[in-house]
Amino acid sequence: MNPQTTWSFFMDHRDEILGATLDHLTLVIIAMIIAIFIGVPLGMFIVQRPALRTIALGAASIFQTIPSLALFGFLIPIPFIGGIGKRTAIVALVLYALLPILRNTYVGLTGIDPAVLEAAEAMGMTRAQILFRVRFPLALAVILAGIRTATIITIGVATIAAAIGAGGLGTFIFRGVALVSDSLILAGAIPSAVLALLADFLLGLLERRLKVS
Amino acid sequence: MNTKISPAATNRIEFRDVSFHINDILKRLIVSQVSLEIPHGETLVLLGRSGSGKTTLLKLINGMLLPTKGEILVQDRPTTSWDPIRLRRGIGYVIQEAGLFPHFTVAENVGLVPSLESWDAARIAGRVDEMLHLVGLDPREFAHRHPRELSGGQRQRVGVARALAADPPILLMDEPFGALDPVTRAELQREFSALVHRLGKTIVFVTHDLREALLLASRIVLLEAGHIVASAAPQEFLRLEHPEVRAFTSSLTVMPGASA
Repeated sequence: MNPQTTWSFFMDHRDEILGATLDHLTLVIIAMIIAIFIGVPLGMFIVQRPALRTIALGAASIFQTIPSLALFGFLIPIPFIGGIGKRTAIVALVLYALLPILRNTYVGLTGIDPAVLEAAEAMGMTRAQILFRVRFPLALAVILAGIRTATIITIGVATIAAAIGAGGLGTFIFRGVALVSDSLILAGAIPSAVLALLADFLLGLLERRLKVS
Repeated sequence: MNTKISPAATNRIEFRDVSFHINDILKRLIVSQVSLEIPHGETLVLLGRSGSGKTTLLKLINGMLLPTKGEILVQDRPTTSWDPIRLRRGIGYVIQEAGLFPHFTVAENVGLVPSLESWDAARIAGRVDEMLHLVGLDPREFAHRHPRELSGGQRQRVGVARALAADPPILLMDEPFGALDPVTRAELQREFSALVHRLGKTIVFVTHDLREALLLASRIVLLEAGHIVASAAPQEFLRLEHPEVRAFTSSLTVMPGASA
């Protein structure tokens, strides 16, 4: 691998790389928004329902154990959500992102000092008031830590989504593997790593601001 | 069921043959056949060892637990027929470690019940100031702090202020000073004992500390394994011959230098 040629490859193709990075980011953001809108309310819901808790956390764990390439493959023949392209990729990414968000929401909401919850109940707060005014604000940092983990996973897994025609930075990696070109692989891998580090840093910053000691 | 706990009504609490067991396979009896009348304005101290059922009795009063047998009357109505939210808003509650909301400021903690009761902001602010003064904290210095910026004793003061904020006629206290260092504890006990006389509330106070019981109580009820074994005014209590009473009174005497 010659750094010189890789650098000039990057400069020659910077518009394409930037375009793919934006595609990649779009894929991740859409998947994360959907995963948050499913995972956080579901996590709040299962706090009160032990039977559902096992099922929800179990199902989310199972999705996580399926190898990503296999999951993309499984989804292709499924009508409406499957097929080739971005939509299928987003479904798979949501399934992957769900577990850390769901689990952290649940852990955050249940891991609160029992004395605080006892006081809340004893002062005549309703269940809903306890959930939204006590549990949720106190769990926010933990929930955000889950979102942060999920985002980093999603940025990585999204590179594989190129295998089913979803575009993004994975396109360079797959092409690079096929053509045995290090420069092409790096054109996908480096921006993806930079995105992951950036997301980790920014969400980590937010997490620390929300932490209540 | 819109009736509130009203300050005007008699704030009697009455246990009528109350038993409570944990609803698991063992059906362990926590409280057994307790009958007890707590008249308006009394400061009743429930004394007992850990696991004697003191806290359970307290939680039966504000409906956080419901009796397995018998009934508890608050203002002459059984707790089972109260709307639990209304019942609890009329009963102040202070626990060990205070249980303050860590994400709220001191002012927000103290103003919680008034805000749940939708008082207007100015009235809440006034009340918060008044309550902080009452427990010996300067509002200008403390109102905007968070619980983590307070000492243990200050936190407990805020806990008391929070419990009193909506002026509940009944106050329940579960070892409120138990986690404090001895010096701070003695300080808070003295101040609270002075406060009790000014407040004129019906107070049920749980402790395992006989000293504290003697200082604060108008009557001491001693529990052993879920049963009431003694009930007497403080001076009289010391003269009782029951073995569990003796066990507690002997814990009062300290012989310096005597080997343990």
